Amino acid sequence: MSFIDTLLQGVLLGGLYALFAAGLSLVFGIMRLVNLTHGDLIVLAAFLILLIVSTFGLDPFLAAVIAAPLMFGIGWLLQYHLLNRTLGKDILPPLLVTFGLSIVIQNGLLEGFTADSRRISAGALETASVNFGGINAGVMPLVTFASAVLVIVALNQLIYRTALGRAFRATSDDVVTASLMGIRPNSIFAIATGLAMMIVTVAALYLGTRANFDPTAGPTRLIYAFEAVIIGGLGSLWGTLAGGIILGVAQTVGAAINPEWQILAGHIAFLLVLLLRPRGLFPRAVD
Amino acid sequence: MTTGFDTMTTEIEAPADWRVETRTKLSGIFAVVSLVAVVALAAAPFLVSRGVVQDLFFILTMLALAQNWNLLAGYAGLISVGQQLFVGCGAYALFGLVILAGLDPILAIPLAGLFAMIVAAPTAFFAFRLYGPYFAIGTWVIAEVGRLLFAQWKMLGGGTGTSLPREATKEMLGLSLLQDWFGMRSSAAADALAYWLALALAALTIGFVYKLLRSKQGLGLAAVRDNETAARALGVDARRLKTAIYLLTAFLTGIVGALIYLQKARISPDAAFSLTDWTAYVVFIVVIGGIGTIEGPILGVIVFFLLQNAFSSYGSWYLLALGALAIVTMLFAPRGLWGLISDRTGWELFPVRRLLKGGPHRQDDKGGPHG
Repeated sequence: MSFIDTLLQGVLLGGLYALFAAGLSLVFGIMRLVNLTHGDLIVLAAFLILLIVSTFGLDPFLAAVIAAPLMFGIGWLLQYHLLNRTLGKDILPPLLVTFGLSIVIQNGLLEGFTADSRRISAGALETASVNFGGINAGVMPLVTFASAVLVIVALNQLIYRTALGRAFRATSDDVVTASLMGIRPNSIFAIATGLAMMIVTVAALYLGTRANFDPTAGPTRLIYAFEAVIIGGLGSLWGTLAGGIILGVAQTVGAAINPEWQILAGHIAFLLVLLLRPRGLFPRAVD
Repeated sequence: MTTGFDTMTTEIEAPADWRVETRTKLSGIFAVVSLVAVVALAAAPFLVSRGVVQDLFFILTMLALAQNWNLLAGYAGLISVGQQLFVGCGAYALFGLVILAGLDPILAIPLAGLFAMIVAAPTAFFAFRLYGPYFAIGTWVIAEVGRLLFAQWKMLGGGTGTSLPREATKEMLGLSLLQDWFGMRSSAAADALAYWLALALAALTIGFVYKLLRSKQGLGLAAVRDNETAARALGVDARRLKTAIYLLTAFLTGIVGALIYLQKARISPDAAFSLTDWTAYVVFIVVIGGIGTIEGPILGVIVFFLLQNAFSSYGSWYLLALGALAIVTMLFAPRGLWGLISDRTGWELFPVRRLLKGGPHRQDDKGGPHG
């Protein structure tokens, strides 16, 4: 029974990792930009939610609803005014600029919020659990997982059913032709990053309510997000969910054997996938 | 019957006074100047205080790391943010060989480099499977694996780390000679020895990079950077070249790591595998100085040292400013300080561009800077 319990905890943890990864996957899919700041932006969003909760005394879920459009704005501005300048054939400028930005955000947060570990309180929800025939699952992990599924369904609907999604796909396929058809790639990219930041806000809500976080927690989240994307295969959002689940299960199984091996087990699962299926489990993109 | 081919010559007859050169007058002068500079630096332990020697040691080791990263990212197109893996592996190999195997630290240094290179082989196998930007995060993940694994090594202190025994560094090879010849105290002699090794390492690294870029392999590297498909069509084995560079820089980075931690004499996994210390600072040095040039990291390390001395007491504000400075440089002067200087003056202190001399056409300045 305890094994099934561990497995379930791992799958639910995978939901959180899929939320970390979905934004990264979206941005990469549309503009081939690997944003090394992604993890720090998750932490930034978590601090934003914390700030709203502590200032206005709001429920964290409500605070996230307020934070999401703000994060959209941050993402839009960031992409439109900074990152769009770095895009091009050379992969060096976007990598180095986002690497520099990651250091800027981490140290900015350190100045603003000190190095203390924080947590967003979700009240009674934190300890609530439901029982499935002898196995207990926390309500928060279940809500996290459901949110991940919901975010991926919504993203797929957006990408394949709407005009904006068509513009995303067109820009992703061929920037020049898309701009001939009246699409402005720069604003498409800015909207995409804005959307990714809204997903980041959702991820931040669950990161902040489920565990402690501090200004330097970003890089580790980036690594988890990256591993989920690569395990799942580039370009497939459902693959990213699967990648998150595999990572989550590997970590909880590793932790069950020896608590010190939790993170290491996740990395090893990632390396194994890279060894056996270099293009991930469900590859879609050609590049 | 003539086929028409008879009249074709198989070789273009070049006038005798045509030749391909990479040397310029300035580079000749600079070669003399740099030789004098190395000699002057070598005399430093006799001329300046121990504090200054330690500062110079820091500058030289960072310079060696920066030249290695520059070779990877600026020339081979391998943007790694996981070089701390090799610093850490080199440092841990040194501690392991000295503490567990009782080896002399000086002998352990090259072996530490070898260990880093051995670690680099499987790392390359995994990381090279990742496309462009994902390679960067892939190397970072593997560096994290390294940190977590060494934190499990209880004989070397696990997560809290360990110190180098005082006797081991006191009886280091060559130390007693220094004490006898120059009458140095043992701690000063140890500093001087580490410093000379760092100087030799930095000079050799620069020499190696320069030699490599002027060689046939260097030309292949430039071709791969400019257009990988075209270069492969011409028979350049891009993958092999990149793997060789990756392994070599791992070797050199491992040696630098061993040397730095010989001087520090205290190790912990978090410090030895630190992203900030061994990759972020190094990236900053190369970007500020000018990526893809040999002059850039030299200039960058001096700027970095001055900034570090003046502002590091501001803690996170300082780091924030460093990050912002790197972003601004990347956006507005992507070839760094050296790029700005060489654009104005046309200077090339380490010329790797091949120039055709003595031909009927006047030589102009068009074309890429390196290749």
